[in-house]
Amino acid sequence: MSLDLPDVVLQTVLLLLLAPLVSGCVKNWKAKLQNRRGPPVWQVYADLLKFFRKDVVISEHASWVFSCAPYVVFVAALLAGLLVPMATARAPLSLFGDVLALVGLLALGRFFLALGGLDPGSAFGGMGSSREMTIAAVAEPALMLAIFTVAIAAGSTDLSRIVQFAQSPDWKWFNPTHVMAFAALFIVLLAETGRIPVDNPATHLELTMIHEAMLLEYSGRYLALMKWGASIKQLVLMTLLVNIFFPVGLAAAGPRAVALGVLIYAAKLLALAAAVVIVETTNAKLRLFRVPDLLSAAFSLGTLALLSTFLFQ
Amino acid sequence: MPVDAILSAAPLKFALLCYVAGAFAGLVFFRFERAATLLSFGCAALASLCGLAVCAAALAGGMAAANPSFDLLPSLVPWMQFTVRLDPLGAFFGLVVSLLGLAISVYSLGYARGFYGRKNVGVLGAFFNALLLATTLVFLSGNAFFFLIAWEIMALTAYCLVSFEHEKDEARNAGVLFFVMSHLGTGCLILGFLLLFQASGGYGFDGFHALGDAMSPGKRDAAFLLFLVGFGVKAGIVPLHIWLPSAHPVAPSNVSAFMSGVMIKAGIYGLARAFFDFLGPPPGWWGVTVLSLGVISAVLGVLYALMEHDLKRLLAYHSIENIGIILMGLGAALMFLHSGHPVLAALALIAGLYHTINHAVFKALLFLGAGAVLHATHTRNMEEMGGLAKRMRWTALFFLVGAVAISALPPLNGFVSEWLTYQALLQGFGTTASLVRIMFPISGAMLALTGALAAACFVKAFGITFLAQPRGEHAAQAQEAPFTMLLGQGILTAACVFLGLFPTVFLKLLDPLTQQLTGEKLSGQLTAANGLALSNGALSGGTVSMLGIAFAGLALLAAPLVLRGLFAARAKTRLAPTWDCGQPGLTPRMEYTATGFSKPIRMIFKALFRPRREMQREYDFSPYFATTLRFESHVEEVFQTRIYRPLVRQVLRVSRRLRALQAGSIQAYLIYIFLTLLALLIFAL
Repeated sequence: MSLDLPDVVLQTVLLLLLAPLVSGCVKNWKAKLQNRRGPPVWQVYADLLKFFRKDVVISEHASWVFSCAPYVVFVAALLAGLLVPMATARAPLSLFGDVLALVGLLALGRFFLALGGLDPGSAFGGMGSSREMTIAAVAEPALMLAIFTVAIAAGSTDLSRIVQFAQSPDWKWFNPTHVMAFAALFIVLLAETGRIPVDNPATHLELTMIHEAMLLEYSGRYLALMKWGASIKQLVLMTLLVNIFFPVGLAAAGPRAVALGVLIYAAKLLALAAAVVIVETTNAKLRLFRVPDLLSAAFSLGTLALLSTFLFQ
Repeated sequence: MPVDAILSAAPLKFALLCYVAGAFAGLVFFRFERAATLLSFGCAALASLCGLAVCAAALAGGMAAANPSFDLLPSLVPWMQFTVRLDPLGAFFGLVVSLLGLAISVYSLGYARGFYGRKNVGVLGAFFNALLLATTLVFLSGNAFFFLIAWEIMALTAYCLVSFEHEKDEARNAGVLFFVMSHLGTGCLILGFLLLFQASGGYGFDGFHALGDAMSPGKRDAAFLLFLVGFGVKAGIVPLHIWLPSAHPVAPSNVSAFMSGVMIKAGIYGLARAFFDFLGPPPGWWGVTVLSLGVISAVLGVLYALMEHDLKRLLAYHSIENIGIILMGLGAALMFLHSGHPVLAALALIAGLYHTINHAVFKALLFLGAGAVLHATHTRNMEEMGGLAKRMRWTALFFLVGAVAISALPPLNGFVSEWLTYQALLQGFGTTASLVRIMFPISGAMLALTGALAAACFVKAFGITFLAQPRGEHAAQAQEAPFTMLLGQGILTAACVFLGLFPTVFLKLLDPLTQQLTGEKLSGQLTAANGLALSNGALSGGTVSMLGIAFAGLALLAAPLVLRGLFAARAKTRLAPTWDCGQPGLTPRMEYTATGFSKPIRMIFKALFRPRREMQREYDFSPYFATTLRFESHVEEVFQTRIYRPLVRQVLRVSRRLRALQAGSIQAYLIYIFLTLLALLIFAL
């Protein structure tokens, strides 16, 4: 296992460029399903560019933590992205971290995001931070159980190995273990990326908001980094889902194979994004205190997935 | 100094002597506060520096040389030798106590100034030295008698330090509770050691090694339970933890740091010593019990921590959580020894012990930070803090490092030891075919819950204490702590970073220890990529490298900086008030509070907390326009109300009955004595 610098650079660029596109697609398709025209798919790029160019307004109550947080959130999401195999079957930085490190890095980003929400001293920010940390705490065990299920099956916590195991003939497509683990992870994906029925990414200035509440005081390039970081995190979690459970088309080596791999990978991502859009459109947002019920359902699914490894070996 | 010279008995004796000298210096110079502070804490710092060198050198040398062993005092009674010996397990814990002793002593040089003119600083210094000395001897004693004497001195000096501010009711009550619980534990330990004495015929620890085989299963299980309760009280395992959250916060902060960082680890030391060294191959249920207790302690500890808005009580509850995580490692190790997997047992043991030193380092760091905050704001109540990140920059930075570390976030040390724990648990799944194996991943999931809740708790602890606007007058006028206090925190911050970034270097020190307790050395197996990365030991493995993550993170920081240079070169930054919904006048009272922050968690786990709230509203014409509002919110402390209070009531009732015996007549007492004597004589025949 050595480090391959071109791989690292390639995947970083892919993460940076693909993440806003996925967010844009979700927004656009959601609008289409609701009989609206919706913003163009490229709108998110334009937004980010605009945010970068704008002046920054910082709250006079905020400390140095407020200005550091966007960088930590952004870099932690990118780093997490480099631990996941995207278009090829090998993650560029798999030597530096396994799936547990990935969960840890996402938690690091969340930690600073929540601190950034508290720093300006507005009640909205505190509310967002409090809710974000609560939901994450309830989602974490479900996430871990689902991950344990695949890690135990593959005999490794290394994501490249897990994905490679999924390509081996030992791996079965639709066994109940995978179906349940996938369902658990899908629910966690909805919670972690602030989607309906847990949080509504389209709300701004409502008492139900979670993620937006923490970003309320951010502006200019800081806001751009926060938003971009959030969409990278979403991309990372979606990649995790599609590549662990649908390991088709992961390229081995060679530019042509990689190009094909990227295409297949994009297709899988867009399919998952479509699933998210359908869930978001057909469901209403849950009350905050109903969310733990949803996540404990995910936890139960994870436990069942584990138990079923006994039964369906 | 060559290694041989360090490993001889002389430096160790010198270190112990320094503690004694520090204790006397504090007492002799108690009228001269500056001199007493400088001499007693200076001696403590020197002694712990020396102890650190000895223990580190011994472990790094692989404990190959003959371990220094000497009698501290001449033996007065047969069996009762004051043997000091340095074996790998003792040396590891000696390393922990010395490292923390050094940082805390340096910190105390500045911290003690807060007591000038108010309290007797000399006595504080004397007891502090005595506590350090007793704790060191607990780890290094090689004889059960000597161990128990050191154990008692440790408990008594800690009691004196807990009630140091004895003019406060809170401190006195906490002291008494600590005293009672601690002696309950010691009672169990005495019985446990008597069982071991019965089997070995002596009190030397060397004779106790792998004694389990020589004992009948019933006695072995009894000894296991006695040691579990006896050491469990000191470690603060749920449900024996109730003294911990009341005793740790009321002590002076340097002592709190030592108690939470090291003294509760004496319980872990005892458990490791008893289970792995003395009691031999464990039956299956031992490991299951310890692992379950670990999970329960971890989850309940962090949940109760979340409900606190007293900064030091919050930290104390986190000690219970972390003791739980350590126990998860030890419990898994026992289970692996039972199922005949010594390599995995070594891995789980390493995870537990790595977390032991990590918790010692970051918890002491956090307590020292809390002490600095307390020093500046004169309150432990987080609801009166805020805005300290601007006023106490360094303390805030150190506290943030501690908070990230304890929340098990990369790239700091807490993540590394929890990663090892996860790995041990995951690999445990394949060690047995029985349904017991489902315990491993479920424990792992609970560990994840604990970690995420700890992160929530430290967002609250750091966010409410250090960020936003100050909520109280003292907080608004807070000043940075003096240099020595910052230096003490700095040492521990550096240790957090080192233990996080260079785990493979540190793991080599644990080799002799796992060799002693499980017969396996793992540091080679756990090292990947020439020491850059930490591997999980299994062939198909997984690796992490915090150093790699840190460097990759720094390199990736280039991306936002380049983008900023490209697009935001002309963007200006200006300060403005926080958005106030168009109603000018945002005050600190509108900020989120610590109680408010943890409200969702209180609601989700309301079956456990049984929250109760009372609201009184007075209004003139409409309930929507209240003139005054009184709000109270309580969380039930289940263990106190459901277990301990009924227990205490029963004990009191029985003792009231027994009072009939104590009628005050000498004749009756003489009869009791005579009857007892008679009974004993008959028993002896």
